[in-house]
Amino acid sequence: MTSVPMTQSSDAAAAEADGPFLQVEDLKVTFPTEDGAVTAVQGLSYSVEKGKTLGIVGESGSGKSVSSMAVMGLHDAKSAKISGSIRVGGTEVVGLSESRMRSLRGNSMAMIFQDALAALHPFYKIGAQLEEAYLVHHSSASKRDARRKAIEMLDRVGIPQPDRRVDDFPHQFSGGMRQRAMIAMGLINDPSLLIADEPTTALDVTVQAQILDLLQGLQREFNSAVIIITHDLGVIAEMADDVLVMYAGRCVEFGTTKQILTTPEMPYTWGLLSSVPDVSSSTDARLIPIPGNPPSLLRPPPGCSFHPRCVHSDKVPGDLCSTELPELLPASSGTAHLKRCHLADPVAVYQNEVLPEIAPELLPELTEETR
Amino acid sequence: MFAYVVKRLISGVLVVTLVSMGIFLLFWYGPSSPAQPICDRETSNRCGDRIEIYEETLGYNNPVYEEYGKFVQGVFVGRTLTIASSEYECAAPCLGVSYRTKQPVKEELVSRMPATFSVAVGGAFLYLLFGVPIGVAAARRRGTVADKALVSSFLFISSIPYYLFALLTWLYLTITFEIPLFSDTGYFPIAEYGPFKWFSGLFLAWVALGIFGCTQYTRFTRGAMVEALSEDYIRTAKSKGLPARTVVYRHGLRAALVPVVTIFGIDFGTLLAGTIFTERIFEIQGIGWWALEAVQGKDLPVVMATALFSAVVLIISNLLVDVVYSVLDPRVRLS
Repeated sequence: MTSVPMTQSSDAAAAEADGPFLQVEDLKVTFPTEDGAVTAVQGLSYSVEKGKTLGIVGESGSGKSVSSMAVMGLHDAKSAKISGSIRVGGTEVVGLSESRMRSLRGNSMAMIFQDALAALHPFYKIGAQLEEAYLVHHSSASKRDARRKAIEMLDRVGIPQPDRRVDDFPHQFSGGMRQRAMIAMGLINDPSLLIADEPTTALDVTVQAQILDLLQGLQREFNSAVIIITHDLGVIAEMADDVLVMYAGRCVEFGTTKQILTTPEMPYTWGLLSSVPDVSSSTDARLIPIPGNPPSLLRPPPGCSFHPRCVHSDKVPGDLCSTELPELLPASSGTAHLKRCHLADPVAVYQNEVLPEIAPELLPELTEETR
Repeated sequence: MFAYVVKRLISGVLVVTLVSMGIFLLFWYGPSSPAQPICDRETSNRCGDRIEIYEETLGYNNPVYEEYGKFVQGVFVGRTLTIASSEYECAAPCLGVSYRTKQPVKEELVSRMPATFSVAVGGAFLYLLFGVPIGVAAARRRGTVADKALVSSFLFISSIPYYLFALLTWLYLTITFEIPLFSDTGYFPIAEYGPFKWFSGLFLAWVALGIFGCTQYTRFTRGAMVEALSEDYIRTAKSKGLPARTVVYRHGLRAALVPVVTIFGIDFGTLLAGTIFTERIFEIQGIGWWALEAVQGKDLPVVMATALFSAVVLIISNLLVDVVYSVLDPRVRLS
């Protein structure tokens, strides 16, 4: 038993020396229900290096949060079946004992949630909640150390008069301050991985920008790996280095932020881009929602899960879209760019059909570039 | 908060006044004269015309507001009561003289309080002691066979009317099985009979109240706990790396207790105001049984006193619940 912490730390050291801090391979999360198994995530692989930010986008129910909760080990072992591999700092966390998982959780990886009012305990003072997060991983620290640390963290996330506000309850904070406090709590143990699950969804737009700015600043300071889960492509453009687009539990497109935003090759990503209102663009640009609803994960459609909603599936010969699941293959724009689609020439379809509809002013610029 | 409490107390006084008026009027305009039973009793059922004497001395020939005024005056400064040819000195706070025993009502009320309080405290202690932990355990195992079996069996018990349940408890444990500990139920003051007799006399009442209350509190606690454990802040607590025990108790139970405490405050107030079935079935000389006897014997002063007592107890327990609520939940501001 004594050798366990040794291997753990040497593993972690090895992983830090080479390779990404978080490595997810072929992750599958299934929830058995009375009606059958709901596969919320499958075949998901990605990695995040320290200092980098991965954005995960997709609609509600696409598996964004479920996959991140699996990384944190927050699923109830009785209700969720997890397979595949998740390595955090070199430690395999799938199948890890609860006590060792607990020592990682909140310590080397932390998560911040979208609605800070609901995510903070309404009956405990902000300070007490931060201190608790600190003390659970610093058993030798005193209550006074923890309090000092809590005040320091509140100061760091930009809460004015932190030594006084530390004794406030969450409901006495404004929405933005609550999210700041939530971030302070996430970062109090200096985690190497921070998962932000829609951190700005519940906030005013002006406050959103402040919070994103804060997260970026803190990431530079702490040099942590960050996963930002969102359905807001604006947040992605602002924050992410790489983007993972999820649909019905699978990765449907992966690439650098630039690749995804400028040369997307998967019709679902086009749909997401078409659904974003742009205040600065001409009023000619149309806002085109994706028709239909996300599929049932209990009985997913055969073939490509997106085909019932895809307006371009008629360009694929035969009934390939409805019978065969496309592989996640390299796209034409670059090596790191992957897409899951049967379309033979998605770049042409995007430039000739999609772009003129959603952002005509970008067209000349882009065609120039690809030529 | 102080202003709030004062405001609530003022409205409480108003409620007590209205309750006293209501009961006074009900008896006054009731189908038979309140003087009839006392006259019958004192004349060995040969009351006849002598009812006049009783009605006159008891004041039933005066206008109702005048007599109510005398009652109120008695509460604050005391009064002298006349029943037929006898006079009774009644010091403030005077609640009258029982028509049946001719004893001052206030003294009897005070002497019956320990019995009722003993029943209430013991019963409530038992049902909280078992109900809350069982509820927490069921919530943590929700959906399992054990949870479903527990919830359905407790639902079964709590759908039996309480008087039937208490009666069956008494019947089986004292008569059918003749368990010695339960053989002699009733209230035996510690000072006179010693703690063992006090305990064994009340034990069956506590068991009946305890089991019945436990089934309800298990369901309250389970429900509140299931709700609390599905809250976002529980996920946050887990994500901090806290041990499961801390998550469940410090974060989950702390929140789940708020509704349970609220219900408990009202329940306990009701118990303190007198448990008619429990006291009657287990022959405990408490306020509940006394109230029952008073209604049967048309003993207006006692009915009045027990009704006012329960109104006061309920108003105070409601007020305490609200104050405790604001202490438990920092979001609540009393104003």
